[in-house]
Amino acid sequence: MSASAQAIGPRAAAKPSSLKRSRRWALWWSYVFLVLFAIFFLMPPVYMLIMGLKTSGEIAAMTNPWWVFHPTLENFKALLGSTQYLTFFRNSAVIAVAVVIITMLIAVPAAFSLGRMKFWGSTTLATGVFLTYLIPDSLLFIPLFKIMAWVHETTGIALLNHWWALIIIYPTLTVPFCTWIMIGYFQSIPKELDEAALIDGAGYIQMLTKIFLPVALPGIIAATIFAFTVSWSEFLYPMAFTVSTDQLVLPVGIVTTLIKGDVYNWGQIMAACLMGAAPPLIIYAFLMDYYIAGLTAGATKG
Amino acid sequence: MANGIAAKAPASSPARRMTMQKLMRRRSTTALALALPLIVLISTLVIYPAFYAVYLSMLDRTMEHFTGLRNILFLLHFDTFWMVVKQSCLFAITAVIFKALIGFVTSHFVHNLPAKGQRKWRGMLLVPWVIPTAMSTIAWFWLFDPSYSAINWLLAKFGIESIPFLGVPGWARFSVILVNVWYGAPFFLIMYLAALKSVPDQLYEAAAIDGASWWQKVWYVTLPMMRNIIAITMLFSLIVTFANFDIVRILTYGGPVNSTHIFATWAFALGIQGNNIPMGASVSLFMLPILGVAAYFILRDINRRGSSV
Amino acid sequence: MAQVTLRKLVKHYDETPAVRGIDLEISDKEFVVLVGPSGCGKSTTLRMIAGLEDITGGDVLIGGEVVNDVPPKDRDIAMVFQNYALYPHMSVYENMSFGLRLKKTPKDEITRRVQNAAQILDISELLERKPKQLSGGQRQRVAMGRAIVRDPKVFLFDEPLSNLDAKLRVQMRTEIKKVHQKVRTTTVYVTHDQVEAMTLADRVVVMNGGNIEQVGTPNDLYHSPSTKFVAGFIGSPAMNFLPCALDEAAGGLRVRLSDQLSFPVPQERTARYRPHLGRGRLLFGLRPENIMEQRPHLEANQNPFEVELEVTEPMGMETLVYFLVQGMEVCGRVNPNAGARDGKRIKLVADLNNMHLIDDESGKVL
Repeated sequence: MSASAQAIGPRAAAKPSSLKRSRRWALWWSYVFLVLFAIFFLMPPVYMLIMGLKTSGEIAAMTNPWWVFHPTLENFKALLGSTQYLTFFRNSAVIAVAVVIITMLIAVPAAFSLGRMKFWGSTTLATGVFLTYLIPDSLLFIPLFKIMAWVHETTGIALLNHWWALIIIYPTLTVPFCTWIMIGYFQSIPKELDEAALIDGAGYIQMLTKIFLPVALPGIIAATIFAFTVSWSEFLYPMAFTVSTDQLVLPVGIVTTLIKGDVYNWGQIMAACLMGAAPPLIIYAFLMDYYIAGLTAGATKG
Repeated sequence: MANGIAAKAPASSPARRMTMQKLMRRRSTTALALALPLIVLISTLVIYPAFYAVYLSMLDRTMEHFTGLRNILFLLHFDTFWMVVKQSCLFAITAVIFKALIGFVTSHFVHNLPAKGQRKWRGMLLVPWVIPTAMSTIAWFWLFDPSYSAINWLLAKFGIESIPFLGVPGWARFSVILVNVWYGAPFFLIMYLAALKSVPDQLYEAAAIDGASWWQKVWYVTLPMMRNIIAITMLFSLIVTFANFDIVRILTYGGPVNSTHIFATWAFALGIQGNNIPMGASVSLFMLPILGVAAYFILRDINRRGSSV
Repeated sequence: MAQVTLRKLVKHYDETPAVRGIDLEISDKEFVVLVGPSGCGKSTTLRMIAGLEDITGGDVLIGGEVVNDVPPKDRDIAMVFQNYALYPHMSVYENMSFGLRLKKTPKDEITRRVQNAAQILDISELLERKPKQLSGGQRQRVAMGRAIVRDPKVFLFDEPLSNLDAKLRVQMRTEIKKVHQKVRTTTVYVTHDQVEAMTLADRVVVMNGGNIEQVGTPNDLYHSPSTKFVAGFIGSPAMNFLPCALDEAAGGLRVRLSDQLSFPVPQERTARYRPHLGRGRLLFGLRPENIMEQRPHLEANQNPFEVELEVTEPMGMETLVYFLVQGMEVCGRVNPNAGARDGKRIKLVADLNNMHLIDDESGKVL
């Protein structure tokens, strides 16, 4: 009895420090591995920056690719002076903003209706919306291509090879998921809140604009960010539906016009990519929490 | 007005039910009106094209004659097609498994950090997901470039021979998967981190008191609690990866000799570039079975959660 | 004039009945509490009065008018919810004035009313804050303020205190009573807590399984419950129920609880109980406070008996003692100095002046 008590004594005294030590080791290893992963994850964007700052001469000289010996902003300046690049940028920006607006105008009322008003078939419809989110663009681009050609033949409205036509197509990528996020947000608002509003004399539209929109603002921001980034980075549809240089959006423009044959002006291409990636990166930097909320909402809510 | 109601209502209950029904109907009408733009959008630009794709796949190249299943049958006897099937499955499954593994490991590392630093690391590690894939893939393209390859430059420093990343089928397949993992792993990291945060600390404390080791805690507490999220994230990712287009299109454009083509890029090459829309549609339709299976499981999970609430 | 009348009120959810045809008359300025266990239909009833649930059958009248088809906003009611339902993005002032603003009430009128209500509730300094910055009790006051501002015909409270901690609940209870004394608006209040019901109500409505068990003043319900359910629901610790037999004995009746234990029925009740002589399935009901420690001078109908205590629970001002009669646990309340201890044999007194006899079959108090 006393022997075991003695045996426990010193061990109990030693325990806290060994616990602390093992925890410190765990932390140390975490940092080591995270640094390795961070290097892997950040390699391409850092590389973009390095190359964007190099002159063509330095790149051709094949010096250390991970270091800039004579940094220059020439590539960025050249791009900002290039009407072509600015056209891509403008096309992308106008499309993204328009798509965000259209998406929210469609998704928010629909989510309010499906998530809060509960009419006959609303649950089925909500599930259906989610299912359409799972239908990828790579399944739809061929029929859509044909449909656009058909519209041209029958009505004379040329949708193919016009950048603005993408404003009609992109909402198919954004609306289902945004509706889904908003349904989740609306459903998380306690039901007493609309009852209180009902007693206070609000109609359905007032309830939506005066109560639900302000309360679900974080969800709306998350959905807006999602819609913007998706339209900004979409590649397949513009690749399939636009050809002429002045009709291209950024991702396609960089890939098809800057990469010409064997003469790659890599410094400029990398600078173009970096500037093209800037809008989503900036939004992400400032609104990271909303961005992440939107990402995780799809699976954890609903 | 109010008196009128008072006088009328007690007498006739059918009349009252009428007005109640009318109220309900007005509510449904409002609800339907609010959802209508969504319904129109989805049915004209998603549902209809999806079925139209099936019709298109049954036409001949000129799109004037109906040929039934001839395109599909042609594909089934076409070696390249089977290569694309194999490559699509290899691409999607390998990439998803590695994304999930990396996501799981990194999420644990981030979760281990003191709360103050977590935000910073999480922010840094999600960057690949934020950059538009087309643009980051161009950077990868150049990192892999045979003559200027920055990766080979590094390997040379360690005395390793330069690798033809995009030049031979094996390495090209490896490269497209690598880039996809690079792009998608952060998404898993975020999802798993959110799931880890939702496991109550008391469970770990209880497990610790029960004498569980670190591995046992992961096995008996973390994994069962995260099972749902792990499964649904993998299913989502499987769908998205399977339907991927950008990475292969930019990195290899299917080459060398079609060895890295997946359904989307091959359908694009045949349908849009090759001007054989029915054949392109037929190829893309082969994505449906796997999408259907994944969708079924996701839906089942959603319904189960929906009914448990 | 704002009496509320329920006539044969029925509510079915799909096929499940929630309220099975209740009649209730609530007079002007009265404070009525609906109380009962969860699922008894009390909240559904309240929500039908508010117009948040449609009515399956029967009528709701407010101020003498049938309001079955009148939307909530036109019923001239105000409601306080369990989770307060404050609009999180609005300040206290905006929360309280929202209804008035929707009705396009003139600005200075709104200010006057909000300030008046804030004064009654002592929240004048909080008007600029957001709900997030308020404590639970303050949120509760704001929710009440929102109701008062509208100056409605009827106040409806749906378990307004159940989200508060015990201490605050007692405090807010008094607060609600004070407010009612000031504004004198007809009030319907729903709770599952019988203490809240007893302390607040002019009249208590006990509901069970979609029916009204009994309506009465708190005192009525406590001293003359009409059913076993009410007898057991009102009062804490709950009334003891013991199976018993009613026997004829020398000069009167006796309730026999076991072979060893029987008590004479008070003289003044013999006439009332005699018709039930020899009837099976009778229950003897006695509240814990009517089982007390032995004392030197016994009054009429106080009967001593001896038991072995199972457990004792000292509460400070009294000690609860538990013992078994025929395998059934019985609770009594004794003086803390009576020397009650676990396992001790002790003499107790049963005061049969407050006894109840219940027909277990119908659940009626005889």
